[in-house]
Amino acid sequence: MSSAHIETGSARVKRGLADMLRGGVIMDVVNPEQAKIAEDAGAVAVMALERVPSDIRRDGGVSRMSDPKMIKEIQATVTIPVMAKARIGHFAEAQILQALDVDYIDESEVLTPADEVNHIDKWAFTVPFVCGATNLGEALRRIGEGACMIRSKGEAGTGNIVEAVRHLRTINMEIRRLQTADASELFSLAKDLQAPLPLVQEVAERGELPVPLFCAGGISTPADASLVLQLGAQAVFVGSGIFKSDDPIRMANAIVQAATHFRDAAKVAEVSTGLGAAMKGWETSSLEQRLAERGW
Amino acid sequence: MRVGVLALQGDVREHRASLERAGAEVVDVRTPRELDLVDGLILPGGESTAIAKLLDTSGLRLALASRLASGMAAFGTCAGLIALSSHIEDGRADQWSFAALDVTVKRNGYGRQIASFETPIDVRDVGHMVGVFIRAPRIIAAGPEVRILATINRDGSDDPVVVRQGNVVGCCFHPELTSDIQLHQYFLQIAAAAAQ
Repeated sequence: MSSAHIETGSARVKRGLADMLRGGVIMDVVNPEQAKIAEDAGAVAVMALERVPSDIRRDGGVSRMSDPKMIKEIQATVTIPVMAKARIGHFAEAQILQALDVDYIDESEVLTPADEVNHIDKWAFTVPFVCGATNLGEALRRIGEGACMIRSKGEAGTGNIVEAVRHLRTINMEIRRLQTADASELFSLAKDLQAPLPLVQEVAERGELPVPLFCAGGISTPADASLVLQLGAQAVFVGSGIFKSDDPIRMANAIVQAATHFRDAAKVAEVSTGLGAAMKGWETSSLEQRLAERGW
Repeated sequence: MRVGVLALQGDVREHRASLERAGAEVVDVRTPRELDLVDGLILPGGESTAIAKLLDTSGLRLALASRLASGMAAFGTCAGLIALSSHIEDGRADQWSFAALDVTVKRNGYGRQIASFETPIDVRDVGHMVGVFIRAPRIIAAGPEVRILATINRDGSDDPVVVRQGNVVGCCFHPELTSDIQLHQYFLQIAAAAAQ
């Protein structure tokens, strides 16, 4: 056996890690103690960041990539994949995160965008990227730039599921519309979606995105996780919803159980019982800043 | 004959698709009752710590240990191999496994995601295929009862990457992420013989 034919960074190994996270819960953590709680509860990955979205929303100011020290401490604490966020278009932050050997980069609207026109050229990296989307065109533009996983954006840090539901339903409805179009209509639909034609044709044929579709932004109870998984999300990101709740350990465990048994209402009822208060949350109309509007 | 895919977390649907293309009747297994319905089980890729936790809370840990002890066919890929192994290095301190394969695995033994790779592999009794290794476990020791069906050479050592012991097969990579169903067909033959 020779060791000559080793290929790293292929689309298959980059998308493959997203496939492995299916049915799981990815939790935002701000320190090694929270990372340990997340892993103990059965999280499939953690997102290492300095402030959860609800605190970013409260504090204001420019929000940037996390301190490498904190990312390294979390990598040293848990055995599950560690993700981290770069600002939209900030390829230097992404280069740093790749140098730190993070497992996935989230080019995220939760941080303050660094480029108002261009997202990162994600094909240039060995590490895979996840990006947010509010509709199908946005999802396909990100995939065209090399994203290996799409998460519906929702509205991060609100504890309100309404935007996540809107975005998931929009993406699914637009996919169904492509499936009912004939081949000659796809050219015009690609123009309307402002998305690459080959990706539009692929989605029309497969009936789903070419990469896994996960859900983020506003999930704060086991019932929320069950809802978005039944709407077609394949895994969930939970940000402020766990560590801003009354009892983070129980909430983390309960959401993990709900993600596995999301179609079993009796099981979701059992894990939802006596959890204490979920995060307080924000009504969407009261928001000063809509994070989902960042990125295009 | 009916086979199952352990559907607690991971790339369940890829395995289901490969099995269906190989002509099997397939069910998802999330509960002990669903396990009773199958003659063989695939343990998919995913996060081994999360799957171990969910095996415990679903009641499947005891039920599956008992089926494995009675000779049910099983096939574990990546995290599934870790669950079937007898010793785990670099796992959580409390991480347990079924010990259905007498191998020691080192979690993420080839490195983190950036080091994930593809490579061609010849599997004895099965055929030639591409191995997709994602944060893959590395088999660092195998007992005398274990048959090594394939190896790869990394860093000067010939590592086993497909192993079999009795009716149990373990694989460090992900055949389910390719269109190649040879290993799934191999597993179905074992399951059919074991169910007789």
